[in-house]
Amino acid sequence: MKGDKLYIFLFLTPAFAVTGIFLYYPFVENILQSFYKTDGFFNSTFVGLENYVRLLNDEIARGALFNSLELMLYVTIFQVGIALILAIMVNSITKGAGFFRTTFFFPIVISGAAIGLLFTLIYNYRNGLLNEMLVNLGFERVLWLTEQSSLYMVAIPTIWNYVGFYFVILLTAIQKIPNDFYEAAQLEGITGMQKMFKLTIPLIVSDLKTCIVLAITGTLKIFELVYIITKGGPANSSEVLGTYMYQKAFQDSAMGYGATLAVLIVVLGLTLAFVTNKLLQRDEVTY
Amino acid sequence: MYSHTEEQLTFWEKFQERYFMNSKAGKIFVYVVLTLWSMTTIFPLAWVLLNSFKESRQIITGTFNIPSDPTMQNYINAFETVNIGKSYLNSFIISGSVVLLVLFLGGLAAFAMARMQFKLRGLLQALLVASLLIPAFATIVPVYRMMIGMDLVNTYLALIIPQTAGNLPFAILVISGYMATIPKELEEAAHMDGCGRFKMFTKVFLPISLPSFSTVGIFVFLWSYNDLFSSLVLVSHEKVAPIVVLLSNVSSQYGTDYGLMTAAIAMTIIPVLIFYLFAQKTFEKGATSGAVKG
Repeated sequence: MKGDKLYIFLFLTPAFAVTGIFLYYPFVENILQSFYKTDGFFNSTFVGLENYVRLLNDEIARGALFNSLELMLYVTIFQVGIALILAIMVNSITKGAGFFRTTFFFPIVISGAAIGLLFTLIYNYRNGLLNEMLVNLGFERVLWLTEQSSLYMVAIPTIWNYVGFYFVILLTAIQKIPNDFYEAAQLEGITGMQKMFKLTIPLIVSDLKTCIVLAITGTLKIFELVYIITKGGPANSSEVLGTYMYQKAFQDSAMGYGATLAVLIVVLGLTLAFVTNKLLQRDEVTY
Repeated sequence: MYSHTEEQLTFWEKFQERYFMNSKAGKIFVYVVLTLWSMTTIFPLAWVLLNSFKESRQIITGTFNIPSDPTMQNYINAFETVNIGKSYLNSFIISGSVVLLVLFLGGLAAFAMARMQFKLRGLLQALLVASLLIPAFATIVPVYRMMIGMDLVNTYLALIIPQTAGNLPFAILVISGYMATIPKELEEAAHMDGCGRFKMFTKVFLPISLPSFSTVGIFVFLWSYNDLFSSLVLVSHEKVAPIVVLLSNVSSQYGTDYGLMTAAIAMTIIPVLIFYLFAQKTFEKGATSGAVKG
């Protein structure tokens, strides 16, 4: 259409100005700030790679990195695994499917802060839900949040929180498979569980891949649950990259170093998304 | 095996036979597993709700008992001692503004991206997809310094602007994806009738694309309402802090007052749960379409 240029400009400029100034510019600026040492808010000195050297030698950062990776492993396996089992099961029933869809999905809408607080009450030593159950069954109280257990104790609510999300994605994918496939397989004589492994799962492999990539990159964004339940403790045993970055940048006022940790989170996220995509590409099946 | 009844079987019944051979034991097993998982999602919330109507002393002596004489005292305390009403208001001001801004700016940009031809389109599209990979951690340090520079820290704007920026790429991608599927004929007909570009947006594309606007609106509201990280950094002062910040403070200040804690959790969760039950279909559709596009 004639005169479109003006409209294109008018329609696009506000949105891209806002994202440009408050998303893209800060993203680039964050990379630059990782080369500065910042005391207070505005006194920055250029220190080159010093923050990165500090990162390499920082044992807590290394611990947080390994915790994040460990969490990623549990979260990916259990979130996508449980979601897949639940999706196949819900798909096989007639009565109550709607009820399960609704209840499985709803932890997603609850804020991490509320779930975090909920789980602090569940893990509480004196009258938390778990210990009260144990006492009622005649067992001793257990200290749930120890240095050995804290990472698992934050992994559980994280997994529980998002299973429903992957469940809905996989259930939708399973329901889209054309029925002819099963009819053809029927004629070939494949029955029962074989169909699940030879038909259903291969046919939804691209959706499974999406779920795995989302679970992996999602783990790097974990903050709320850990911050509320353990604050990274005891003794940094459940520290993850997000909570450590927050602590360094906004509690210890080491903004430059916080920016360096943020760069690490982004690089890790991009690398992992790229690698998983490459690794899982071969198995793609289309119909 | 099923030859003579196959036509009459529904899709679901066929599945059931395929996987579990229609055996009673298989069926019971499936229902037991599904019920157990739904209990994990219902039970903790029911427990919180139950305890929020008890005095703290009663919670300590029996967390599983049905409250013998239900009390609203915890809720009254939540309003009086921690001023939960104010945080509610803050949350709705902040998240409401973010949703309106994202839908308005995002809708306009999505229309241009979906229905107009220009040189930079491909580049902008790639930029939008790439920005889905930028986590809040990667922008918060510079954003915080910018907000200090503009003297906006601890005002509503300090959170509204960055959250709007963060959600716009998602909004533009989803809405323009929807608008791109609208037939070209409709656009041509509207043009024949003398519709200019702006009218075309407000009278033709906006009404047709309302489903995508509501999906985006629901998700953006939820992400904004639940965003603790940015809120802690940018609006931690109690005058402007949203409810998630209050929640994180309550645990450190009143951690032993179980009654108050459970009431505060219940009050944060209940509005979103009601919201969810009403908009459930849209939520689930959005989750799947978002995943496919993202």
